[in-house]
Amino acid sequence: MTGFSTFDVAGSALAAQQLRLNLTASNLANMNNVAGQPDAVYRPRHAIFAAADDGFGAALDAVGVQVLGVIESTTQPIERYDPGHPQADERGMVYAANVNVMEEMANMISASRSYQSNLEVVNTAKELMLRTLSLGQG
Amino acid sequence: MDPILGIHGSALTFRAQRMDVLATNLANADTPHYKARDMEFASTLAGVQTSLRPRRTHRGHIEPAAAKSAADLKYRNPHQPSMDGNTVEADLEMARYAENAVAYQASLMFVNRRITGLRAAITGRVS
Repeated sequence: MTGFSTFDVAGSALAAQQLRLNLTASNLANMNNVAGQPDAVYRPRHAIFAAADDGFGAALDAVGVQVLGVIESTTQPIERYDPGHPQADERGMVYAANVNVMEEMANMISASRSYQSNLEVVNTAKELMLRTLSLGQG
Repeated sequence: MDPILGIHGSALTFRAQRMDVLATNLANADTPHYKARDMEFASTLAGVQTSLRPRRTHRGHIEPAAAKSAADLKYRNPHQPSMDGNTVEADLEMARYAENAVAYQASLMFVNRRITGLRAAITGRVS
């Protein structure tokens, strides 16, 4: 046991899930964006997670989770015929952000549950540590 | 084994290590291709209790390995395989984490009572 590594592990997961929640909020907030060119419109963003194992530590080392990066979805924006729109191009088309609401909601619930269970881990570890610190005082 | 605290000192170390392993599983519950791991109490106990461990009697000797080694970490067989290759089942991990915490507290209580008993014996009165 290296002391307080449980807190590091659970803390890294809390940060990662928080980022995932933020990205979901960003995707849902921008779901109605439109633009005049397909390249200019908002694309949904997702976080890529990986175990924070550098391969050099002992196999017993506790590894947290790291965010490898945030990627933009490669799905094409939704093309919509709307000639009255001020941003419409010469063909009368506007391009809307292709945000899948169902996917985002499922992501949000998953992130929220993972956040909760990691918070529970921190709380339990804290209580055990405090009890260990008061060993022999009772 | 510690002659004063008995098995419970080692048990506390085991429980703390297992807490780290289970926390790692829970932290990586959403990581693709992560494989959940766990430690087995029985084999660790056997490793602690065995008397056939090498002793360092010369300074040229290599320090014998601790009773606990990485070989005791085993991969879990998931009840339901998932598409992304992750084998963490968060609810089960939570249950094991709670069980481990209770066992940690139980060992802590034994150690605590032992200290209380020794103190009573030393001071001659129950504090």
